[in-house]
Amino acid sequence: MATTPETTEQGSTFTGNRQKVAAHLTQNEPLLFEKSSPGKRGYRLPPLDVPEADAAKLLGDAARTEAPELPELSEIEIIRHFTRLSTWNYAIDLGMYPLGSCTMKYNPRVNEFVSRLEGIAEAHPYQPESLSQGALQVLHTLEKALIEITGMDTITLQPAAGAHGEFTGILLTRAYHESKGNPRRKVLIPDSAHGTNPATAAVCGYQVENLRSNQHGMVDIDQLAKQVDDQTAALMLTNPSTIGVFEAEIHKIADVLHSKGALLYMDGANMNALCGKTRPGDFGVDVMHLNLHKTFSTPHGGGGPGSGPVACKKILEPFLPTPVVRENADGTLRLDYDRPHSVGRVRMFYGNFGMFVRALAYILANGPDGLRQTTEDAVLNANYIRKKLEGYYELPYKTPSMHEVVFSDKKQQARGIKTGDIAKRLIDYGFHPYTVSFPLIVPGALMIEPTESESKEELDLFIDAMQQIAREVEENPLLVLQAPHATRVKRMDETAAARKPILRWKGAPSREPLTVDTAAKEW
Amino acid sequence: MDYPAAYKYTKEHEWIELNGKWGKVGITDYAQNSLGDIVFVDLPKVGSSVEKGKVFGSVESVKAVSDLYSPVSGKVTAVNDDLTASPEKINTDAHGAWIMKVEVSDSADANDLLSKDAYETYIKEETH
Repeated sequence: MATTPETTEQGSTFTGNRQKVAAHLTQNEPLLFEKSSPGKRGYRLPPLDVPEADAAKLLGDAARTEAPELPELSEIEIIRHFTRLSTWNYAIDLGMYPLGSCTMKYNPRVNEFVSRLEGIAEAHPYQPESLSQGALQVLHTLEKALIEITGMDTITLQPAAGAHGEFTGILLTRAYHESKGNPRRKVLIPDSAHGTNPATAAVCGYQVENLRSNQHGMVDIDQLAKQVDDQTAALMLTNPSTIGVFEAEIHKIADVLHSKGALLYMDGANMNALCGKTRPGDFGVDVMHLNLHKTFSTPHGGGGPGSGPVACKKILEPFLPTPVVRENADGTLRLDYDRPHSVGRVRMFYGNFGMFVRALAYILANGPDGLRQTTEDAVLNANYIRKKLEGYYELPYKTPSMHEVVFSDKKQQARGIKTGDIAKRLIDYGFHPYTVSFPLIVPGALMIEPTESESKEELDLFIDAMQQIAREVEENPLLVLQAPHATRVKRMDETAAARKPILRWKGAPSREPLTVDTAAKEW
Repeated sequence: MDYPAAYKYTKEHEWIELNGKWGKVGITDYAQNSLGDIVFVDLPKVGSSVEKGKVFGSVESVKAVSDLYSPVSGKVTAVNDDLTASPEKINTDAHGAWIMKVEVSDSADANDLLSKDAYETYIKEETH
């Protein structure tokens, strides 16, 4: 256990006891441009054994006469450069991300193993259907599993991520209303919604109408009844909501909408709190998206890619994006493109296939009981943190928490400390910050989602860090205000970075060797 | 922070200073404080129409992008171009750094706006 004293202007006050981390070797690393020395190379080409082409003759004016200004380094220097940079990162393989499923979550390694099997990894989308039966079987099996999990009637796997899924779902909604003779004008969105919801509605040509939450952070049903009319296309609802609260009267919400012919769209971003416990299709949802990268353990980091399947009720089936997977009479599978009412293709081929393999591996490895246990563990972990921290941080909504808990910085504000300061201090304790200042309905929000993967030991380290920071706020606020202290660089000027960003390197690499002797050496 | 008694306020935290059919619109000190450091202001176009309760622009802070809602309907007669280069003026002087000037089309639009006292009560409840 390491205790690192930290220097602040206040000497003898409480400076915390960091259990998880000690000082760590982080080497300084200049930019590649600064390390460049002319003539360094990571390769050597064999002598030219074909006739030389005249670039100017072939390309005319487009032929380059001067080499571009690119850094010149040897292979090992490049490897070290990027490896050193990588050690500056926090990673899910190093510890917990209290940001939860929204950004980074542990993905079981078996998923990666399965997706790399040769027959799967080397399959090509232009293979004939007769040679793609295995891949089609993956799609078909996953579709059936997701339909069973959501309680919906049908599904498309095409959308590339959550927001794309929303877009597809609202396109289906619009096509449905159009088929009834009127696309309708507006989409209702609660004030606790993800920012992508209003963006989706607007992109699909709808006016966005805000729906205020009641004091429990839930939809106010009387208010909803007042706002729903025959021009309402849908309500876009996240359940559980962004404050981790389950809309207990969701079936009534569905009834209010259906009585006016409007549809209920569910943002499935938080499906990891429901999976195996309850089904949106059973509580009145007409159309929803899933984030395979949130609920079904496909990767987030490094750009994912994501995957946002859209499940819906039978009434929307004719409008699903083309193609859909269908069974032939002989039991083989095919892609069906003959869909006259379809909203069209939303993604090349059939979506991010590699993610389907991983999600299916995850679902089959867990089985129904495993998925249920996963949901229960996610909810248990969030509530454990809530119980342990509720004496230290303000809990603006007392409604029972699902998979995430939202505190506010109200107590700490009295000492001039905001949620962003606490988050920065958390870095010193060896954790990635939680979600800061979101959802917007909680001023100064600290949103914490531990996910199902974390052990009690890791949660206890996190809780201990958060409790110590609360004490530091009382006894040594400057320490928190100036955090982080244990990082390579101290607190950044985020405002200057946003107001006057420097977006590219403007100098040229050195034209003189950095050291005479090392120049022009090839390895 | 002092909220000028001569201004009217919205629940979305805009203020308007009315002078006959001319209005000057900005965001309140409460709004700039909850947004944090403002880094960009998306101004409306001079000559465009704005509608009461509808979005006329947005402000971006280090934390979030927030829509601006017009307190009245009318036509934009001027925008504060200073804010393009110096958006921080909203942080340092929210009640002086106006965003747009409007020619109000219906003076009755102002009737349901909040007075200084009503707005102060409203933000006290909001922070509660």
